[in-house]
Amino acid sequence: MTPRVISVFLPRWPTDRLRRGQGKAAPPPETPVVMVGRVGRRRAIAHLNFAAAQAGLRIGQAVAHATALVPGLLLHDLDVDGDQAALHRLALWAQKLYSPTVAPDGADGLVIDATGCAHLFGGEEKMAIAIRERLSKVGLTATVAIADSWGGAHALARFSRRAIFVATPGTTGREISLLPAAALRLPADLVEGLGRLGFDTIGELEATPKGPLVHRLGAEPVLRLDQAFGRKAEPIEPVMAAETLHVRKIFAEPIGAPETMARYLTQLTQALCAVLEEAGLGAKRLDAWFHRVDNRIEMARIGLASPSRNAKRLAKLLCEKLETVDPGFGVEKIVLAAPGAERLVYKQAKALEADQAVDLSGLIDTLSNRLGPEHVYRLASAESDLPERSVRLAPPLDAPESFSWPADWPRPTRFFPRPEPIDTVALLPDAPPAAFTWRGTRHRVRCADGPERVFGEWWKADAELARSRDYFQVEDDSGERFWIFRDGDGEDAQTGTQRWFMAGVFG
Amino acid sequence: MSLARTPAALDALRRQVRLIETADAAARTVLPFGVPQIDERLPGGGLAIGALHEVAGGADGALHAATPARFAAGILARAPGPVLWCLRQRDLFAPALAQVGLPPARVIFAEAGDEAGVLACMEEGLRWPGLAGVVGEVGKLSMTASRRLQLAAEKSGQMAIAIRRWRRVADAADLGQPTAAATRWRVSALPSSPLPTAGVGRPRWFLELFRCRAGEAFDLEIEACDAKGHLRLPAPLADRPAASRPGQGRAAA
Repeated sequence: MTPRVISVFLPRWPTDRLRRGQGKAAPPPETPVVMVGRVGRRRAIAHLNFAAAQAGLRIGQAVAHATALVPGLLLHDLDVDGDQAALHRLALWAQKLYSPTVAPDGADGLVIDATGCAHLFGGEEKMAIAIRERLSKVGLTATVAIADSWGGAHALARFSRRAIFVATPGTTGREISLLPAAALRLPADLVEGLGRLGFDTIGELEATPKGPLVHRLGAEPVLRLDQAFGRKAEPIEPVMAAETLHVRKIFAEPIGAPETMARYLTQLTQALCAVLEEAGLGAKRLDAWFHRVDNRIEMARIGLASPSRNAKRLAKLLCEKLETVDPGFGVEKIVLAAPGAERLVYKQAKALEADQAVDLSGLIDTLSNRLGPEHVYRLASAESDLPERSVRLAPPLDAPESFSWPADWPRPTRFFPRPEPIDTVALLPDAPPAAFTWRGTRHRVRCADGPERVFGEWWKADAELARSRDYFQVEDDSGERFWIFRDGDGEDAQTGTQRWFMAGVFG
Repeated sequence: MSLARTPAALDALRRQVRLIETADAAARTVLPFGVPQIDERLPGGGLAIGALHEVAGGADGALHAATPARFAAGILARAPGPVLWCLRQRDLFAPALAQVGLPPARVIFAEAGDEAGVLACMEEGLRWPGLAGVVGEVGKLSMTASRRLQLAAEKSGQMAIAIRRWRRVADAADLGQPTAAATRWRVSALPSSPLPTAGVGRPRWFLELFRCRAGEAFDLEIEACDAKGHLRLPAPLADRPAASRPGQGRAAA
């Protein structure tokens, strides 16, 4: 699988963070705010918000100059350590939501390994949009780029001038060639040096012979170039919360055989469970990182329905995931961590009670790790008269105690969430059709029950205020029974289109 | 004299035979339908619990498998414990399951991407004791796959029900292929029992048992399972109370 990397650029990170911290007391967004740092002995603008930039201020300007230019300018001291610590926390948050491999990228961004993650969000484009929207909801300005390499994504997120940039696989080199050399994550003096030599864009740098370049400016520009073009692997060392319990094993000789990996993974699980036991915790999630000799990090993750430190079970679940881990030329280090471990509470066994509830957490863990947690669920009732809204998904472990579905109105065994239009021969406004054609087959209605009138839910959408539907249970000549409805009451055009639909099939 | 010289090997053999017999007896625990006409013809007087059963729908029922799903739900409604229902598409309507005695508290759904996934989930579910049974919706059911399910069911003493569901009616010819299931049923809809008033009566099925290990095939007409999952023989019209079901013309808010 070609690696895919997401780079998230937070251009206003220090000021956005400041605003977030101030909460309701924050000044209106159009107030210019600058963060003050030191350049030598001079107090200078280290960062500014959008309003300040619009007012004509720029980074590096002397504070005295800025206050004279912009009346009412708010000054705050730049808190580099605080920003970095907060970025670390943001990375941990992103790790829970998007991908196990997330790290802070410089002082104002995140890098996320999206390899094999994007399909969970419906594609890379959608994932990038989701990330940006999520960040914007918590008050953070962000631009997001996806590319084949960390360097490429980093450059595109910061210099492409687009809020979302998805470079299709294989095109990263072409996409970044027109960007300035400053996009290569090089220190300022090196960028200046390149400029003096006449290199403005990454493309120009790429086209020049590398030997003289190394001779002149050292190895760094070429290294960054190779990383951005994906010629040199650059592993993303994922963040880990300080309190995360973890164990690691470093191998003198890289391992690669599946059974060997499984063996060491089992040992590590046992070791981790011992650590968990000492802390009185149970794992809710296990992340295993496989550091390969070729400087890539593969990972496997399992989730658990309830906290556990049952080494045998956890090892079995982890080993099932091993087939997704490609050891390449060998794995030289495995780290196994239990992020977000929770206090483990043992329930009193009630063996003597007759109606002892069966513990299904083991089965649910196995199935959710195999199918994905969103594919193992219960169905519970939701308060709605509309049949398609009356069912909601519930987590598999908390069994709903009661339900609110009607007991006396028949409900079909198979229900089509998207009703299919049918052609009908209908008589009176209140009567079911005498015959209908569904999926090319004509059914003559032998008998029918209904109507069951369902009204629109005006509190959900204004358009539903006047709507109603009439549901009928009809039986055709062969005895097959269907659930059909008319959109509307059959008389008033306001109530619906008066067309007939197939809603489900009874058993 | 010969008794005294009973070889140890013979003792061991006897123990083995006894083990086989008890294991067999365990596998032969049954869940009766409560309808004598069915139970009498099933070996052991009911549907074997630690075994795989197969249900298919007739005609168009092969596509949406609504009748088999209701039949399976009715069976498991009468057994204690939670049910694991493995499916490929999300079109099973939970309110309908509740109406045949399987309330949401009793059913866990596992949605697999393909049929191989459904079979794997069924097998996994059968390994965990304490379930009333495992249902899976599959089209193709090979001899190997069905044997694996049958063995898993035998071992844990849980009921496995494979609902056969095809994408095209023509594929339903696959039902002719042998499988390792203990029983194979086909449930097709029949015109419902006539009511004294207009309206749809209690649904009726044509129930065919066309393969039964250690038993005979048969078919009969039956009334579909009720709110507790019980089947019933159609009663003669004369015995029916005048208004067993409210008729037509109701409107609900």
